[in-house]
Amino acid sequence: MSHDPGYNFAYLDENTKRMIRRTLLKAVAIPGHQVPFGAREMPLPYGWGTGGIQVTAAILGPRDVLKVIDQGADDTTNAVSIRRFFNRVAGVATTTRTPEATVIQTRHRIPEAVLTEQQILVYQVPMPEPLFRLEPRLTETRRMHALADYGLMHVKLYEDIARHGHVASAYNYPVMVQERYLMSPSPIPAFDNPKMHRMPALQLFGAGREKKIYAVPPYTAVRSLDFEDHPFRPHRADAPCALCGSRTSYLDEVVTDDRGGRMFVCSDTDYCETRQADQAERGEQAA
Amino acid sequence: MIRPAFVEPVLDSQNCFRAVLEAMSRPGRVQRLTMALDAPAPLAPASAAVLLTLVDAETTLWLDAGAEAEGWIRFHAGCPLAAASDAAFLLATGTPPALASLSQGSDESPQDGATLVIQVESLEEGAGWHLTGPGIEKEHRLAVTGLPAGFVAERAKLARNYPRGVDVILCAGDRLAALPRTTRIEEG
Repeated sequence: MSHDPGYNFAYLDENTKRMIRRTLLKAVAIPGHQVPFGAREMPLPYGWGTGGIQVTAAILGPRDVLKVIDQGADDTTNAVSIRRFFNRVAGVATTTRTPEATVIQTRHRIPEAVLTEQQILVYQVPMPEPLFRLEPRLTETRRMHALADYGLMHVKLYEDIARHGHVASAYNYPVMVQERYLMSPSPIPAFDNPKMHRMPALQLFGAGREKKIYAVPPYTAVRSLDFEDHPFRPHRADAPCALCGSRTSYLDEVVTDDRGGRMFVCSDTDYCETRQADQAERGEQAA
Repeated sequence: MIRPAFVEPVLDSQNCFRAVLEAMSRPGRVQRLTMALDAPAPLAPASAAVLLTLVDAETTLWLDAGAEAEGWIRFHAGCPLAAASDAAFLLATGTPPALASLSQGSDESPQDGATLVIQVESLEEGAGWHLTGPGIEKEHRLAVTGLPAGFVAERAKLARNYPRGVDVILCAGDRLAALPRTTRIEEG
């Protein structure tokens, strides 16, 4: 496959790629630290994954196989558009199968399948600063990160527990990276947070509007904040998947009619479809 | 005459960058570059490729590789040269400058710490140093020849300044490995 000759390979010009690549290397060298970069205007609006796309464009090569997911699904508008974009401007092969991909760009989920050392996970990040709801001044949050002064976040979690009896964050649940930097995991469900801990794959985070890149190298400690008497408890809907029966995957609630009917299905479409295909095959063999 | 740079600038620099990214993400794993590159002496293919991939008019460079190499990289990358203490990127083909004298960044902007490329004689996995830290599951081993004797001790002294620090890329022939500031080295 070849790319559209009207564009440089992977859309970005070479100067921009070099700038992003330098930023990525420093981000990997300082796990969890947000490195500013000169985010470019992309042919889609902020909030649609411009940060993730720029990171992907800077790392992608012709031999890569790209998978793009949006909330776990390969077939939603955002995922389909980004996949087609890179197919056109880089001519790369695309896939929906998690094990076949070398680069996975994701919006707000980590795939259910365990990722390997051969893969890179690129997150689209709307707001990279975990402290922004508590302290809106970036000059202040920069200093708090410099001093590892994260008391404010602990107070917020404590107040959640005092008011609600539990930490009231089901997604974008703050983590400590290598016990040094407080980091936003992007709005993935808290259910996915434990997957970040010592993941064999490299994790890169791109925030286009906020112009920040950060990273978690492989096998790096990622701890969800909690208290001894209120340990971190990721939430999962208490039901099996209605399509594949999984009791361990993260579920979406789908409203099926206007009489209160609803079902729970896997958010990761590839995981769910693979399980359904395996079950059909086993059914055929048994018959 | 100035020697050429990458044959395929777009694809070769992508290829080299992924090798450097992999090296930086998994400290001590040795990466091998496959592109053809005929750089002027004393530049090894790997160190020349790393410079072409990362350095341009927006970065300052210090190098000790002599007039021909200096002219070559300035022609292809267009980078301004700087004193070792100010440079964003440094290439040492001889004895590297003292690590503590290089730019370390600040606590608020540790990413301003320098990247030091050191050309060494050889890099081998599986023996020599014991490396631990982010990017390493249990322990990686790396044997390096051609570094000055006090390098490990000098680098260990900087660790207490974390997150400030210097990231090192070691190049030998067409092979490279990286030591980001988070990696701990035990000699043995």
